Amino acid sequence: MSKKLKAIIIGPGNIGTDLLMKMQRSEWIEPVWMVGIDPESEGLKRAATMGIKTCATGVDGVLPYVIEDDIRVAFDATSAYVHAENSRKLNELGVIMIDLTPAAIGPYCVPPVNLTDHAKNLEMNVNMVTCGGQATIPMVAAVSRVQPVSYGEIIATVSSRSVGPGTRQNIDEFTRTTASAVEKVGGAKQGKAIIIINPAEPPLMMRDTIHCLTESEPDQAAITESVHAMVKEVQKYVPGYRLVNGPVFDGNRVSCFMEVEGLGDFLPKYAGNLDIMTAAGLRTAEMFAEEAANGVITLPARG
Amino acid sequence: MNLQGKQVTLHDMSLRDGMHAKRHQISVDQMVAIAKGMDEAGMPLIEVTHGDGLGGASVNYGFPAHSDEEYLNAVIPQMKNAKISALLLPGIGTVDHLKMARDCGVSTIRVATHCTEADVSEQHIGMAAKMGMDTVGFLMMAHMVEPEKILEQARLMVDYGANCIYATDSAGYMLPDDVSARIGLLKAELPSNIEIGFHGHHNLGMGIANSLAAIEAGATRIDGSVAGLGAGAGNTPLEVFCAVLDRMQVTTGIDLYKIMDVAEDLVVPMMDQPIRVDRDALTLGYAGVYSSFLLFAQRAEKKYGIQARDILVELGRRGTVGGQEDMIEDLALTMAKQKQAQGAK
Repeated sequence: MSKKLKAIIIGPGNIGTDLLMKMQRSEWIEPVWMVGIDPESEGLKRAATMGIKTCATGVDGVLPYVIEDDIRVAFDATSAYVHAENSRKLNELGVIMIDLTPAAIGPYCVPPVNLTDHAKNLEMNVNMVTCGGQATIPMVAAVSRVQPVSYGEIIATVSSRSVGPGTRQNIDEFTRTTASAVEKVGGAKQGKAIIIINPAEPPLMMRDTIHCLTESEPDQAAITESVHAMVKEVQKYVPGYRLVNGPVFDGNRVSCFMEVEGLGDFLPKYAGNLDIMTAAGLRTAEMFAEEAANGVITLPARG
Repeated sequence: MNLQGKQVTLHDMSLRDGMHAKRHQISVDQMVAIAKGMDEAGMPLIEVTHGDGLGGASVNYGFPAHSDEEYLNAVIPQMKNAKISALLLPGIGTVDHLKMARDCGVSTIRVATHCTEADVSEQHIGMAAKMGMDTVGFLMMAHMVEPEKILEQARLMVDYGANCIYATDSAGYMLPDDVSARIGLLKAELPSNIEIGFHGHHNLGMGIANSLAAIEAGATRIDGSVAGLGAGAGNTPLEVFCAVLDRMQVTTGIDLYKIMDVAEDLVVPMMDQPIRVDRDALTLGYAGVYSSFLLFAQRAEKKYGIQARDILVELGRRGTVGGQEDMIEDLALTMAKQKQAQGAK
């Protein structure tokens, strides 16, 4: 029996397609279905040419095949509005849901920080926060695992071309969700998130600044070591994740300046913000597959 | 230029843009005293917020002496005639801040985006308009794109519910013809019930000239600040502008002597540094860089030994936009590393 878990991707847009390309290289996840709502969509046609089964009638259209095809994991790259229903229907059939929308009905997942826990607990729905959250929360956690952080602030700067209409229409959701995850996952007592959209041409690469205010004088050596170790953890799934400057210490302030270059699968390399989302989503599913293969967790029983 | 008989609404920025120049440390007493002085002088509209707008309190932009809520609650009850506005930058502040401002009694909300990114303002403009507020779409760094692009973005904001659109010269880069082209096109193409406004910075010494060009081209709201207190070399100095408009027989409703006295007796004494076109502020205007970067670049110069002017020019070359204050320290660190590497060769 193959160790790979079979997967469906819901939402054949940029994120879904990039995810599919990454998944085709995965040792742990096998893409089987791409689900959309428009039979004429470019994304579904592209998925078909890549050898994937396609369904143009939404999640309902693929439900009859879930057991037959032994689908174990689903990635939702649609919108917060439809995610809850998608998740409910698939969870009922024992499919683990990786939520790439801002719906956040399940716990936040930032792989190097808390994925192991989610996998062990067999969380049936995990949320991938936001692109800014994926790029910065590991750094907040790298500081807070050394000593208490009273305040964590992140500034994500992304190219205009990489920000889709969904994010633009509800930019407050980005700031709120990211700030909340800086607290819940990053470990800062208070979190704040800022997003800046820059239209420069050629497009600038995603960059992120992380400021932490520690409760007591920062242990510079320990924090520096922790930050570098955390960068390496993220680089395992996003090789283009780089610490450009820092950690810089100024009183109780600890600052890191990052750059995120994507792999350039379907999305251009400058769109590191989208790449880190798809890579983190896939990494999350892979961890579930690994733990299942190692017998650490038992997937929902099927007849 | 003949502007005789025109009417303009002046909008003071000294308690919001001026927060940049004061590192957001204006005290509540100072704010109340200055606002009362302006109200007494007949200033119709006064902006009170963190320099970077509602929710701007941060490591990135600076923590203010008091919260937006505290400032607004202190100032608004003291106003006899003046209305209070607040600025909001989507991506920094949220509709929660907007509602808070409205509950404090703010009557005008100005939703600011970079001049090409108006579509991030739909939630905020829509909400402000729905709540019946005077809702302004504020297109920043308007020198960076052609007038046609400004118009396209302005139309989005009008569709979301804005009743007034600003072309904002955040870098103090524009010359009068640049202003005329943008304001003129907005005036010609937007529905006639939409007011047009201009916000200038004095980095090339063009605050007054540009504001006059804006009025000539159809703007009816003009931003400035008493004694020029604002980011970079400051905003259009309002007491000077009032005198000029008075001589040109443009109606502002402001008592010239009283506004002069607010400038001289209240605002100038609280300045931490003279607000003037020093070489760094001049560089902002010359290179087209966001005005509030000034003090950050000067602090980076002190800390990392890289000239503020060099940092600002490089920020301009990279197409940096408003809000990217975090780039300044990052860039200074990188430039310091490069300098060290070159020294070692």
